[in-house]
Amino acid sequence: MKGVLDLLVIVLCLVLGAALWWAMLDLPSSRIHLAEQVAAKLDASGVTHPVTAVLLNFRGYDTLIEVMVLFVALIGMLTQAEKGSQWLSAGYRPPPLPAPPFHLEVLQWLARVLVPLMILTAGYLLWAGAHRAGGAFQAAALLAGAGVLLNLAGLLPAWTTFRAGMRAGSITGLLFFVLAAAATAAAPHGHLLQYPAGWAGMLILLIETGLTLSLGLILAGFFLLLSAEASDGSDTEE
Amino acid sequence: MTLDLLLVAALLWTAVQSLATPNLFRGVVLFIVFGLFMALVWVRLHAADIALAEAAIGAGLTGALLLNGVGHLRAKQQSTLP
Repeated sequence: MKGVLDLLVIVLCLVLGAALWWAMLDLPSSRIHLAEQVAAKLDASGVTHPVTAVLLNFRGYDTLIEVMVLFVALIGMLTQAEKGSQWLSAGYRPPPLPAPPFHLEVLQWLARVLVPLMILTAGYLLWAGAHRAGGAFQAAALLAGAGVLLNLAGLLPAWTTFRAGMRAGSITGLLFFVLAAAATAAAPHGHLLQYPAGWAGMLILLIETGLTLSLGLILAGFFLLLSAEASDGSDTEE
Repeated sequence: MTLDLLLVAALLWTAVQSLATPNLFRGVVLFIVFGLFMALVWVRLHAADIALAEAAIGAGLTGALLLNGVGHLRAKQQSTLP
C-alpha cells in the first residue's frame, strides 16, 4: 500500500515538474528590454557598471529596503538577546581569552596574515563596484568574514556588548541612504532617489562607503553576538 | 559544456545530499559546498556580482552561522545527557 502511495507521489511530482517546464518554455518573450534601457541610461547613472547602476541608482529604493531588513534583523536579535540573559548589560565583562592551544597557533598566524588582506580587498571591492563586479554588499560580507575568522582563531572575543559606537556605526549607512532619499524626494521637481545630475557618482560612492561599514558591523554582529549568547547560554541554562 | 554539466550534477548532488542526510553537521558542510558550486555557476553565467555575494554571504557567513547553530545544539544535547 505504501509503495503504491509513494509511486503515486513520484508520478504526480513528475507531472507537476513537466507542466512547469512546459509552462516556462511556453512563456512569450518579454516585450520590455530592461538591459537595453539600462545601457541607454548608463551614462547618467554616475557609474559605469550596469549592476551597480541598477542597485544604487535606477532601483535604489530596492537596496534601501534591503538594508532596512538587515538592520531590523539585528534589532530583533538584540532585543531577544537582552531579554534572554545578562550578557549585553553594561557592567558585564567578558572573561579574558584563554591561552591558545597548540593547534590554534597556525590558524592564528594565518588569521593575522589574512585579515589585513581581507580589509584591503574589501576596500578594493567597494571602489571597484563603480566600474566592474563588486560593491557594498560584497565588501561588507568580506569585512564580516574577517571578524568571524578572528573570532574562530581566538583573537577576537565574541561581542557581549553592543556599545554606542557600534550602534552608531551600524546605522550610519542606512541613515545616510535615508537622508539622501529624503533630500532627493523633497527637492523641487525631485523624485525619490533621483540624484541631481553630476552628483550621482559621488553620492553613490558615499552611500556605498557608509553601507559597507554598517553592513559589515551588522553581518559580523549576527555571528559574534550569537556566538556570545551560545557560550553564555550553555554555562547558565542547566 | 562538459564543465557546465559537471557543475549541474554537482549542484543537484550536494543539494539532495545536504537535505537527505540525517547528520546535521554533514548537512551544513554540504550546504556550504553547494554554495561554492553555486558561485561557480554564477561565474559561468557571467554574473560575477552574484557569484561574489553567493560565495561571501551564501556559503561563507550563512555557513558559519549554521555551524555555530550546530555547535550550540550539540553542547545543549551533551549537557542534557546524564
